[in-house]
Amino acid sequence: MNIVACVKQTPDSAAKITVENGKVTWDAAPVLNPWDEYTVEEAIRLKEKHGGKVTALCLGPETAKEALKTCIAMGCDEAILLSDPAFEGSDALATAYLLAQAIRKLGAVDLVLCGKQAIDGDTGLVPMALARLLGWSPISYTMYLEVDPVARTLKATRLLEQGKQMVTAKLPAVIGTVKEINEPRYPSFMGIRKASKANIPIWGAADVGADPAKVGIAGSATKWPTIYPPPTREGTVEIIEGTPEEAAAKLVDRLIADKVI
Amino acid sequence: MTNKIWVFIEQFKGAIQPASLEALGAARTLGGGVTALLLGQGIGALAQTVIAHGADEVLVADDATLADFRVEPYAALVAKLAQEHKPAILLAAATTAGRDLSATVAVELNTGVIADVIGLKLVDGKVQAVKPVYAGKLLSDVTFAKDGLQLVTLRPRAFPKPEPDPARTGIVTNVAPMLAEDAISVKVVDYAIEQGQVSLTDAKIIVSGGRGVGGPEGFAPIRELAQTLGGAVGASRAAVDAGWIPYAHQVGQTGKTVSPDLYIAVGISGSIQHQAGMRSSKTIVAINKDPEAPIFKLARYGI
Ligand SMILES: Cc1cc2nc3c(=O)[nH]c(=O)nc-3n(C[C@H](O)[C@H](O)[C@H](O)COP(=O)(O)OP(=O)(O)OC[C@H]3O[C@@H](n4cnc5c(N)ncnc54)[C@H](O)[C@@H]3O)c2cc1C
Ligand SMILES: Nc1ncnc2c1ncn2[C@@H]1O[C@H](COP(=O)(O)O)[C@@H](O)[C@H]1O
Repeated sequence: MNIVACVKQTPDSAAKITVENGKVTWDAAPVLNPWDEYTVEEAIRLKEKHGGKVTALCLGPETAKEALKTCIAMGCDEAILLSDPAFEGSDALATAYLLAQAIRKLGAVDLVLCGKQAIDGDTGLVPMALARLLGWSPISYTMYLEVDPVARTLKATRLLEQGKQMVTAKLPAVIGTVKEINEPRYPSFMGIRKASKANIPIWGAADVGADPAKVGIAGSATKWPTIYPPPTREGTVEIIEGTPEEAAAKLVDRLIADKVI
Repeated sequence: MTNKIWVFIEQFKGAIQPASLEALGAARTLGGGVTALLLGQGIGALAQTVIAHGADEVLVADDATLADFRVEPYAALVAKLAQEHKPAILLAAATTAGRDLSATVAVELNTGVIADVIGLKLVDGKVQAVKPVYAGKLLSDVTFAKDGLQLVTLRPRAFPKPEPDPARTGIVTNVAPMLAEDAISVKVVDYAIEQGQVSLTDAKIIVSGGRGVGGPEGFAPIRELAQTLGGAVGASRAAVDAGWIPYAHQVGQTGKTVSPDLYIAVGISGSIQHQAGMRSSKTIVAINKDPEAPIFKLARYGI
């Protein structure tokens, strides 16, 4: 099976994020988007079971090669970085367009795996937009996946607000994963050595035949001109003293007075 | 069908999802008439509920292919209706279905989506939305840069649910589905539904436990309190990783994002990742033996 894992590089979830003059910075090295670790793990498990190869695909600045190296260290066979100044400012739909162009260029791909969402923009739009652009089976929020490469079908369990939904579909498919799907492995020592020597090609706008009207700021239907910290929560904490029973009674009084309960 | 503001109504097995009614309420605040889209099977009777909550018109598509939310037939129909009638705005709840639908419709109509919005207004017919980014560590004002349908998903519980007015009237129009069953790749085989639990994202009150509750047995009083208050049970990742409670209860950056009226954090330190999922709660109560725990920076009351 020919599998593509779409991954993004994001700030570390523990990083302190600051914004100054509209520019967002953080105090720790960027990482592989935590949700995408599950994507990469699932892709590698499918390859281990059925054979084939896994290509990690990332759209981002040149520094995002680090996230792709993590993917190779975990066990991906190849990695490709989509990077071009023209791509800057691409929104989720423009991102999906570029990923779709790259996947078409890769040729006979059977399965594309994505994470649930990227922890910077938090949109969760890319996987299903990508499925529609490719015209492939759309399967989001997948917590269990079984593929039959011969029959070219799949069985999946999706995790919805109401519970689990079991579905079947045909290949090729775009799968959005959730955390329940697996437990990601740590990169092995051999993997890290392989990653440090890996040659990661960079594909620009011309390489994927990108229509300039569909990428970057010009190609994005949404824009986010201002980013700012949330208002600080008004009021300071009131510590309620006393024995557990007294404190509980006082707390209930306060919450009733505030009309919270 | 002249209304410029449309709302996608999500129903699951005949139950309208609360966040869709919140979206109807938000739509009404934008001014002008509201058209609701109601898709499913055997759901015609829900149209009156939708009207009572603020719709002036309901487009109903009742068909076996639409019985379950499946993004292929749903998006194909919604996109076709939008192409025909050219609404300016389509609101949906930022649920699993709402996200999938909006992303797919956006591709069909060559537009974009503003996802997971917590503040919304219209300026000269253009959406101006506020959305949390970087897990709520920052906010962003987002707008549409191009003409075309403005697709917006609203975070559950970020907008008030309107009071139903049974006296309201509206027009109900039936529409036909777009895709036949053999044109749809995904087949729903079965469900395993969790019964009788309050969904975390829709809960008004959440009682959450962390490492500080000491073990799985520490969740017994938490459950009891949640049940007494009619709320849901949450947890920190530390409690989930320890195996004290299933992951479905995890609140935070890699769990659920919640915004209840009351969030009671018991034995939770308030890590930056945990805060990401609960900082928009209205009133926060922290119960913690460490007076320096970061959770007290968010809390209104502490014990
Ligand atoms: C990529 C990534 C994603 C993450 N995503 C999430 C997420 O989605 N959600 C999440 O919650 N975490 C997440 N985390 C983990 C997060 O960093 C913290 O480790 C976790 O939230 C800590 O949980 P806790 O507050 O229960 O435990 P601790 O930080 O250990 O806090 C326990 C608290 O209990 C108090 N306590 C102990 N005994 C008592 C007592 N008897 N009475 C009262 N108080 C007591 C202590 O004072 C302490 O403050 C993530 C981490 C990473 C790296
Ligand atoms: N820039 C990107 N490069 C590669 N994959 C991406 C990119 N952005 C998003 N994705 C994929 O889409 C998923 C959802 O991201 P998002 O829709 O941005 O929240 C991620 O978990 C990735 O799998």
